[in-house]
Amino acid sequence: MNPAVRSLRDFFVSLKLTVVLLALSLILVFASTLAQVDLGIYTVQEEFYRSFIAIWHVGGIFIPMPGGYLVGGLLLINLVSAHIYRLKLEWRKSGIQLTHSGLIVLLLGELFTGLWQEDFQMTITEGGSRNYSESFRLYELVVIDTTDPTMDDVVAIPDSHLARAALVQHPKLPFRVATKAYFPNAALARRDATAPSPAAAIVPVATQGVGGSVVVTPLPLTYKMNEVNVPAAVVELIGADGSLGTWLVSPHLGAPQTLSHAGRTWRIELRIARAYKPFSLQLLKVTHDIYVGTDLPKNFSSRIKLTTPDGRDDREVLIYMNNPLRYDGYTFYQYQMDSSRGQTGLQVVRNPSWLLPYIACIMMTLGLIIQFGISLRAFMAKRRAIAQPAVV
Amino acid sequence: MKKRLPLIFLLLGLALVARSLMPERNKTDFDLAAFGRLPIVVNGRVKPLDTVARTSLVVLQSSQNIAAPDGTTLTPNEWLLDVLFRSSRADAYQHFEINHPDLLAIFSLTPEEGRNKRRFSFRQLEPKIDELQRQARLAEPVDAAVRTPFQKAVVLLYSNLGLYIRLKASLVAPDHKDFLGELMTFQQNVVSGVTAVRAKQAGQPHDETLAAQMMESGGRFSRMGELGYLLAVPPADGETNTTGWQKVGDALIQSFQSGQISPSILVYAGLARTWSAGQAKEFNELLALYRAQLEKNFPDSLKKSAAEARFNAAQPFYTAMILYVLAFLIAVISWLAWPVELGRAAFWLLSLAWFLATVGILVRMWLEGRPPVTNLYSSALFVGWIAVGFCLALEYFYRNAIGSVAGGLVGFATLLIGYYLSLGGDTLEMMRAVLDSNFWLATHVVTVTAGYGATFLAGFLGIIYIARGVFTKSLDKVTADALSRMIYGIVCFATLFSLVGTILGGIWADQSWGRFWGWDPKENGALMIVIWNALLLHARWGGLAKQRGLAALAIFGNIITAWSWFGVNMLGVGLHSYGFMDSAFWWLLGFAGSQLVCIAIGSIPLAHWRSFKSA
Repeated sequence: MNPAVRSLRDFFVSLKLTVVLLALSLILVFASTLAQVDLGIYTVQEEFYRSFIAIWHVGGIFIPMPGGYLVGGLLLINLVSAHIYRLKLEWRKSGIQLTHSGLIVLLLGELFTGLWQEDFQMTITEGGSRNYSESFRLYELVVIDTTDPTMDDVVAIPDSHLARAALVQHPKLPFRVATKAYFPNAALARRDATAPSPAAAIVPVATQGVGGSVVVTPLPLTYKMNEVNVPAAVVELIGADGSLGTWLVSPHLGAPQTLSHAGRTWRIELRIARAYKPFSLQLLKVTHDIYVGTDLPKNFSSRIKLTTPDGRDDREVLIYMNNPLRYDGYTFYQYQMDSSRGQTGLQVVRNPSWLLPYIACIMMTLGLIIQFGISLRAFMAKRRAIAQPAVV
Repeated sequence: MKKRLPLIFLLLGLALVARSLMPERNKTDFDLAAFGRLPIVVNGRVKPLDTVARTSLVVLQSSQNIAAPDGTTLTPNEWLLDVLFRSSRADAYQHFEINHPDLLAIFSLTPEEGRNKRRFSFRQLEPKIDELQRQARLAEPVDAAVRTPFQKAVVLLYSNLGLYIRLKASLVAPDHKDFLGELMTFQQNVVSGVTAVRAKQAGQPHDETLAAQMMESGGRFSRMGELGYLLAVPPADGETNTTGWQKVGDALIQSFQSGQISPSILVYAGLARTWSAGQAKEFNELLALYRAQLEKNFPDSLKKSAAEARFNAAQPFYTAMILYVLAFLIAVISWLAWPVELGRAAFWLLSLAWFLATVGILVRMWLEGRPPVTNLYSSALFVGWIAVGFCLALEYFYRNAIGSVAGGLVGFATLLIGYYLSLGGDTLEMMRAVLDSNFWLATHVVTVTAGYGATFLAGFLGIIYIARGVFTKSLDKVTADALSRMIYGIVCFATLFSLVGTILGGIWADQSWGRFWGWDPKENGALMIVIWNALLLHARWGGLAKQRGLAALAIFGNIITAWSWFGVNMLGVGLHSYGFMDSAFWWLLGFAGSQLVCIAIGSIPLAHWRSFKSA
């Protein structure tokens, strides 16, 4: 073997690399924990773990460190190559083999989760029914053709397109959508001619709809757990014969705005991104138990009726803490509750790789027990061997 | 004599245990113990009044010891009886702890005016309560984490005063001369009285005095309903209805409709009268009657409450703490002299202490109907229990007193931590909705906590390795090898427990929050322990760490475990922050510093270690 290749192989196979990578991951985890105080959990996940290089801000200092993908990836390479070149397949090592295989499954599971998991929420009021879930963070601009009273034709544009100021052309729309301005987090206020607007406020150039009577105040992005960013945008619709005008859109505007063009009626609104489901959930009853004489919650539960349009499923389910509903690849968790308003918040997760951690857990537990069991037996045998002559 | 030493020490320990188990003798004619065993509901749990007395005292003044102004000591039950039934006397008891000098200044008090220079009576504070309330209103909007020490002290004292005032209004109307008399009259007149009030409201002719009396009683009862702290009136339909317990005030308001006063209320009013009048015989008779009555409908509550009161009095963890210290000292001495005899004595004492702790944990589990670890306090008990359990196994195999030294140290330290955690109030708490799952508490929480215990133990063994090597000549090759193997073995167990526990935690999170892993601080803390243990094992396998390196790495594991156990709770972020603690931050920092010092001492070149010096 080429010496350079050999030394490269030795590097990737070595236990030294393992120890260094473990130390690096320890530092990464510690730094990311502290960073959560300022950045919030979501940003930390993106910046520390779903990245190759993480940058930790301490005071005014930037400390770069290898990110989750880099450390995790190298660990994976180290582990796999150690198994190929160094660790022999033998019974004595079966525990280690199993533990490491479990670890590989776990790391891969985490990678797949990062890539594939979809996280949504669903808020239902008692008696009400929903066939879509809503994103926690993402928004979409929807242009809905409402000409036909029996059905809506929805074109949804993710807010990431607006942020990039992309010019969007869609076969279903007789006009193009151009972003004139985009504010990732903004507050809206009614425009008051008599009072001066706040210094930071912007009067958007909206020629159509309610936008003319509203001022927008851009806000810094929030990372707090209990706050969300609410965007606002000014979009221009450009037809074949030129501009139809500009509209201010934001989830803060209560009602959608309508427009007519080429004999059809459209509704335009910026709303929380939705994911429609091939079934619907109707909330029958919410229950919020507390311990007697306290405010301490004992349990939250939602009784729900699950139906599909084809009528194949039509049944009642009970979702409560630690007991989610798994259906059609989705898992519905009891997430929030406002029992005074008869409202439940379900978290809706789709994670095709959700079983991997369970498998990994079994593999690693068994592996460690086997490995330490083997060591313990050897240790006991040795002790017996030492103890024996002493008796004689 | 020398040969009998282990037996003598064991008998000594047993005597200590036996003494703690003796029932408390009543020092007055009143059957205080029977009163303390009465069941009531507070914080969602049926518990004996004895627990209320002890936890209230601890919350108010960080100690169960209380004395009247004339210097006579009171049992917690005597104190509670005075608070509940004879507030004229209780108002003079100095049981409000104030440590902040500026807060004392608000009340124009000096430390000298307080018991133990820091405890003051309601009467001393009363004149300036309005000012305290104003300060509390200023401090409360400030986020708890960023309050100044003064603001914290204000909020704490204000809430403690609230607790005291609520306790006073729990069973009888406070400052009422003859509440039983009022209830009797009320019972007689309630039907005609309600008619009179209705007639008055309708503007019809009515008995004016009777209506006024009713209105006055109604006002008093509803104040008791608002303020009252204890749910003392058991549900009429017996034990199965755990949500039916009521405050005395609320139950009295209902009697306007039913025309009937619950017998429990009359009993408590009767106890109040006989206690105030010093009629011990009548007090005891009434109590016996009431208990006999409860026996019919509430046998289980009564049994558990009695057991809990007894458990409170026995204080098994306190006795275990003393035994752990003894075992530690004897084991250390055994390294210097009489290794066989003293070593055995230490082992026996350690076993006894561990047995006591085991029983204590089991009793708590039975009382709560839960697996062993449900909150920070119980995690401290369990960390110690697991670590000492391992120590006993080590000592059984090696018989070199190292297990006893480590066990005594870890056992004592964890119980001490537990003692400080118990100052927050009742340690048997109800579980929040998401934690309300015995299956996951029994699997994830127990294994993860066992992982903490094992990792700590490995760290303490590391400290023993370095301390004996650097400061004594006793670390010969056999001992060093044995210690090193012990550390390695314990780290193996620590890896197993913390890894399995952490993954189980992920699975629980997947079940309840919809994600296996969320990089939440508590999850990260657990992961750091796993990574550290894995690093240690790989460093040893790769020959990167020999004996000394292993010891040093194991000691650093202490810092990581302490961070994971307490540190992450101090960040105040994340889904797991229900284990929130106020400010043990400096203790944590101090502990981390001390461990770094140990590692630094360990990195002195081996040539300078006393055990390895060639001379």
